[in-house]
Amino acid sequence: MATMRVPDRQGRFGSFGGRYIPETLMPAVDELDRAYRAARRDPGFKQELATLLKEYVGRPTPLTRASRMSDALGFDIYLKREDLNHTGAHKINNTIGQVLLARRMGKTRIIAETGAGQHGVATATAAALFGLRAEIYMGSEDVKRQALNVYRMKLLGASVHSVESGTRTLKDATNEAIRDWVTNVRDTFYVIGSVVGPHPYPMMVRDFQSVIGREARQQILRTTGQLPTHIVACVGGGSNSMGIFYPFRRDLVQLIGVEAAGEGLDSGRHAASIQIAQPGILHGSLSYLLQDEDGQIQPAHSISAGLDYPGVGPEHAYFHAIGRAQYVAVTDAEALQGFHQLAEWEGIIPALESAHAVAWVIKAQDDLRRAKARVLINLSGRGDKDVEQVFELDGRQSHAAH
Amino acid sequence: MRRIEEAFQEAKQQNRAALITYITAGYPNLEILPNLVRALSEAGSDIIEIGIPFSDPLADGPVLQRAATVALNRGARVSKILAAVEGFAADAAPLVFLTYINPVFHYGVGRFAQDAVQAGIQGLIIPDLPWVEGRELRTAAEASRIAVIPLVAPTSTDAHLRAIGRARGFVYAVSLTGVTGVRKVVDAGVRPLVERIRHFTRLPIAVGFGIATPEQAHEVGEVADGVIVGSALVDVLTHNPGREEEAAFRFVHDLSQAVKNITTKA
Repeated sequence: MATMRVPDRQGRFGSFGGRYIPETLMPAVDELDRAYRAARRDPGFKQELATLLKEYVGRPTPLTRASRMSDALGFDIYLKREDLNHTGAHKINNTIGQVLLARRMGKTRIIAETGAGQHGVATATAAALFGLRAEIYMGSEDVKRQALNVYRMKLLGASVHSVESGTRTLKDATNEAIRDWVTNVRDTFYVIGSVVGPHPYPMMVRDFQSVIGREARQQILRTTGQLPTHIVACVGGGSNSMGIFYPFRRDLVQLIGVEAAGEGLDSGRHAASIQIAQPGILHGSLSYLLQDEDGQIQPAHSISAGLDYPGVGPEHAYFHAIGRAQYVAVTDAEALQGFHQLAEWEGIIPALESAHAVAWVIKAQDDLRRAKARVLINLSGRGDKDVEQVFELDGRQSHAAH
Repeated sequence: MRRIEEAFQEAKQQNRAALITYITAGYPNLEILPNLVRALSEAGSDIIEIGIPFSDPLADGPVLQRAATVALNRGARVSKILAAVEGFAADAAPLVFLTYINPVFHYGVGRFAQDAVQAGIQGLIIPDLPWVEGRELRTAAEASRIAVIPLVAPTSTDAHLRAIGRARGFVYAVSLTGVTGVRKVVDAGVRPLVERIRHFTRLPIAVGFGIATPEQAHEVGEVADGVIVGSALVDVLTHNPGREEEAAFRFVHDLSQAVKNITTKA
């Protein structure tokens, strides 16, 4: 692939990406771009990050062969165990990197948006580690649904702002975080949680999350002597998927991003922006968006709060446009089934987000079996946070059945 | 039709600052828009900004966020707004659109510029389209003879100020780091900001964000060529249900008196 050196200096992945933010923030993202590029070349920064990832986050995370799942489906399946990270998901790979950069830039105040609270918890954790003040924006709907994560953030010393505007979910929390950033730009570092936002965020978050793919590539080569044939990961904003895809981008490996089809693509209640593939501009970059005929952003829906976002990172839009990755979607019901199956097969309860990747592998099993596939699934997080929700959903269903 | 340039020239000749008022199209409803614009024109607005509501207005504070939500819920659509504007533009003060980039991008940048001009719009203000990302819109705007109004923030670099040197219309100076909305005092940075911008451009400079009262309008008018009032006017509409036009007229009339008799123009 010849066109893989992206983004360019303007933050473009082909036609996607860019910096669509108020002029007030332009000097800040320029400063961030310079600081990040300098840090990336600085052996001291790299060493400190590597040490923290090893000794604090618990990396490298294992690569586990999913033996019973492999036997049941008739082809080889490996799991990259991001669920075993400190705080229970891949999110912390990025927040440690960004907060380390914030400290290096002399920023004293950290802000972040969060949906279900995973990125908020990971940001609060990193801020606590460095003794920095963190303020987390969270939609009031999510604050209600995720009371425990709100309390977790508070335990970690962060303050949580409940956002009442718009749909009161992740999209609006992001708007409010950007408004805070515009207001306090001189001393505040905005820790974005996915490969979204204005340049350099999509590139920077991708780089911080690429540790997943770099480790997995070495691990699977060491274990099997071969590359996987397929890599499967869920896509909301797309940070865990880009993190595992990116180091394999030049390999002969099929990259499969699984979006949330919610109650079905036809229902209108889903979060599958790449399936719809309507270009649009939100939260600082040009990518695919769920929107109406006037360009008004439409609310997303997914059983999994982490995928419940109406956009997607610009590099995924680019991968879709050039055909480097294939994007598919599974419904809430299929994801729920994947959640149960992995728990029973492997003794691993996946996050509902990651269960989407598992569910697609189950759904595509016939093709994968025929292809003698060697599948690598990015198990981006653990399902402890979702147990209560699934308990209620299953309870409702078994109740209805009787 | 009166032009933006003429509005600033006339104000200057009369030794006052130009008054620029903002309302969100569709708030409190779209039917009232023509009468509101007439009231604003007659009350002394030199230029009127018409906001096209967007679902995710990240440069706006609570007042304009709420106005956008109400307008969208009541069915404000780009096509309906264009049609309404076409009906009154000829008789109104010079009109500009203020909106976010996605509705424009989705409509098609070139087609939007064309249709806006067709409706009688003379300028576009897009707070989430920084100058460096605006080349396509500027090309389309140049072809359609519509001004893309550059924004300057307190944090803006000299490179940005140089880049907007060839802009048309006026410079929109953002008075503070923050979002739109009423503030108690005018930011102390306004005067140095305006003076700094003057080194780089001969365009008129209008200051917006946070200006709410006649006193504040006067204070800013002493420094800048134009004073922009938005949230405070929308607040007036909110607090005067059923008598929006009358209330808007009175509020804007007071503002227009306040920007007269400027003594210490820089």
